[in-house]
Amino acid sequence: MKFDRPAGTNPIDRGAVVGRALPRIDGPLKVTGTAPYAYEYHDPAPNAAYGVIVTSGIATGTIDRIHTVDAERAPGVLLVMTHLNAPRMFGKPQEKQNTTSQQSNGNQEQKGKHSAPQLQDAKIKQFGQAVAFVVAETFEQATAAAAMVRVGYINTPGRFSLAAGRASAKPNSKAKDAHVGDFDAAFASAPVKVDVTYSTPNQAQSMMEPHATLAIWSADQLTLYTAHQVMHWSTEGIADTLSIPHEQVRSISAYVGGGFGSKLEVYGDAVLAAAAARQLGRPVKCALTRPQLYNHTTHRPPTIQQVRLAAGHDGRLTATGHRTWTGDQDGERGELASDQTRLMYGGANRSIETLITVLDLPKGGSMRAPGEAAGLLALECAMDELAERLGIDPVELRIRNDVQYDPIKGASRPFSDRKLIECLRDGAAAFGWDRRDPKPGSKRDGRWLVGMGMSAGIRNNMLMPSGTRVTLRPGGTLLVETAMTDIGTGSYTINAQTAAEMLGVPYGRVTIRLGDSALPRASGSGGSWGANSSTAGTYAACVALRTMLAQNAGLPLDAAFADGQITGGGRSVSLASLAASGPVTAEDSMSYGDLTERFAQASFAAHYCEVGVDAVTAEIRVRRMTSAFSAGRILNPVTARSQCIGGMTMGIGAALMEELIVDERFGYFANHDLAEYQVPVHADVPDLDVVFVDSLDDKSSPLKARGIGELGICGVGASVVNAVYNACGVRVRDYPVRLDKLLDRMPAMA
Amino acid sequence: MPIVVNGRAVPLPNDPRVSLLDLLRETLHLSGTKVGCNQGACGACTVLVEGERIVSCLALAVQYDGRSVTTIEGLAQGGALHPLQQAFIDHDGFQCGYCTPGQICSAVGMAAEIEAGIPSHVSDDLAQDGFVLTRDELRERMSGNLCRCGAHNGIVDAILEIYGETAR
Repeated sequence: MKFDRPAGTNPIDRGAVVGRALPRIDGPLKVTGTAPYAYEYHDPAPNAAYGVIVTSGIATGTIDRIHTVDAERAPGVLLVMTHLNAPRMFGKPQEKQNTTSQQSNGNQEQKGKHSAPQLQDAKIKQFGQAVAFVVAETFEQATAAAAMVRVGYINTPGRFSLAAGRASAKPNSKAKDAHVGDFDAAFASAPVKVDVTYSTPNQAQSMMEPHATLAIWSADQLTLYTAHQVMHWSTEGIADTLSIPHEQVRSISAYVGGGFGSKLEVYGDAVLAAAAARQLGRPVKCALTRPQLYNHTTHRPPTIQQVRLAAGHDGRLTATGHRTWTGDQDGERGELASDQTRLMYGGANRSIETLITVLDLPKGGSMRAPGEAAGLLALECAMDELAERLGIDPVELRIRNDVQYDPIKGASRPFSDRKLIECLRDGAAAFGWDRRDPKPGSKRDGRWLVGMGMSAGIRNNMLMPSGTRVTLRPGGTLLVETAMTDIGTGSYTINAQTAAEMLGVPYGRVTIRLGDSALPRASGSGGSWGANSSTAGTYAACVALRTMLAQNAGLPLDAAFADGQITGGGRSVSLASLAASGPVTAEDSMSYGDLTERFAQASFAAHYCEVGVDAVTAEIRVRRMTSAFSAGRILNPVTARSQCIGGMTMGIGAALMEELIVDERFGYFANHDLAEYQVPVHADVPDLDVVFVDSLDDKSSPLKARGIGELGICGVGASVVNAVYNACGVRVRDYPVRLDKLLDRMPAMA
Repeated sequence: MPIVVNGRAVPLPNDPRVSLLDLLRETLHLSGTKVGCNQGACGACTVLVEGERIVSCLALAVQYDGRSVTTIEGLAQGGALHPLQQAFIDHDGFQCGYCTPGQICSAVGMAAEIEAGIPSHVSDDLAQDGFVLTRDELRERMSGNLCRCGAHNGIVDAILEIYGETAR
């Protein structure tokens, strides 16, 4: 099925199941500890051997010598693999200049795009790279033997600092730069302006489940129980790396313990477990250790962002400038923090660009809302600074600069459904924004200086092809099957709801299977496209099943499916009766036309935050937060709210504590564990209030929903930092905003 | 002496290096208890030993010779969910589910600490006779259980429903 014109009224609009606050279908499994994650499958491989990776202790250089004899002779050891004896593996093709890895229209992926060869030569490209793989009968034996591997390196100088590399940064071919009008002249002549530079650090997704894989060969068929966000990226990545046909690899990720972009790629655990299992003729399982994964897997690259905004006294922007410097390995993307400024606010003269410098740090990748999450941390603080200079309320400033069409392309490309103003107003009302005193340092509560701040947010709406198979079973129950993943997002639940709604079957009579590449290819989870895209695929399959069932029953194709009955043309037939002699199955996928080109499609947010800053110690505590979101139809308010508060929590982390600290002598992230890479804990997270602005986006998909999974993090960190400024009058432009950055500028104690 | 896990006696491992966590997961195939970090920093491996919460990654199995361990699998009673498990579902106190068994076991242990009159960093008076499980006390006492999905609000609501003041 192809979605190439706006959706009309369809069965989803009935809203008997879709849109209801139903509890997660996988809830009982998760609270009882019976949902299996990648490392936890024992029955398929009772004799699995254990693999432990030895990772590089330098960032750039070569392996000069590697001593494995002691490890090979250690008790229980079955195999020690290094670049000296590893099988041949194959990598990514040379990236073309105009290929963007950020967007995909779902066509056949470029061969090798997801490849991740390991142990192929003596060259070290990053700290944390695999340099050996030790397989033994038990985990303890493998770990002990891994410690016996001794590696001598020739260490060469590397580039580890974005600040140092900024001067040699070049235009980033993967960014969507835009220059409109005459920015320099408009900026120079404007009566009110800000020119501020913010920086965001390297950040880690830091999900709770370390990457892990169990690899099982059966003749030439490989099955991986692994932790991945997009099943066919896993199978294609492994297949291309090992140079075997895609059809010979099956990946299963029924439950994933968080990803946030980290599990979009294939890493050493999967590749080496697969290679070792083939060599040994025995299943092998491997999990990255927590300390290993911060330097072995991808992360959000750092940025330095110069934001220049100029306005008339009425607050209307006349010049909008956003220049980002970012850093990543050669050929990689970096963090595209300027791009959202193309769409966020009006302003006739625009200068939006991104430059990139090569860093020899671990390779960067996608972390929740790549681009927007970092870019809005700067843009939304710059807007706050501009509002203060103008003497205009920060909410009012956003309202005055709202734009209902793409500012770069003009009125010929309207937004499909832009409700930022509603988000701003509804959020302000729910939060009590009118109680804010714009003068910093005005409010005190015991030892706390109290402040309020706000920010706006945007996240591009992306759509990916996705397929599902739906079966009506004898007895009238439904089976929904798709390779789609649930990484905590609620895919199990909303896809079951979609099928229930489409076929008129109660939610409790739907069984759903996810996360298996043997099932119909799906969009996977990423870029906030998962919910909308996978349910659109399920919708397509259900339309095909409805058509088949109506025809079988001799009913018109517009028959109604409700309460276990199909009704049309004056007749009513029981759904269950149509499967009495056997199950009826339909499979289809949804692909897309050009509605995302003709219309700008994005979800929006407005965030309101109250903080306390300790008057003596400058400790910062978020006291409460209210955010309003517009994401089209909310498919399930429970799971949607959870995704939003998850993003808000991650935004608190970005604002106040998260930073991968670079050791610039050795080129690695030194705080590579859960004690030192600080994420918000219970004591850091107050009550979070979520408001939805309801609308239906008929240009997005038949579900009339838009992406929401990353929207919660977009902009929220800036509301925290703006609140800190309102509390104590100290403006920090270097994320994270920790108390040590406030201390020497705090107001004198009264 | 054997370790008793969820009421069942199991032999100690021959290898003294085996953590209690890996005994549960790899030997007994009780995978409900999770490996988050193997360094005691995240709480995903929390189990109860005679009602007291511990991080099982920093415990050697042989250290628990003769002790009685309860894991998430042992909380549900005869097929019915423990009330706290049901509360987690009702308040959506989880997303990816990986920290969830640790959160639940930790909460049970934490409730016992409150009952036993053990104070926390946020308690006003360390010497007072009993402590009330307020939202602040709960957040402080549960801060050893990390959740990256940000399900904290639902976790707090679920725990309060079962162990909070009004639940008494």
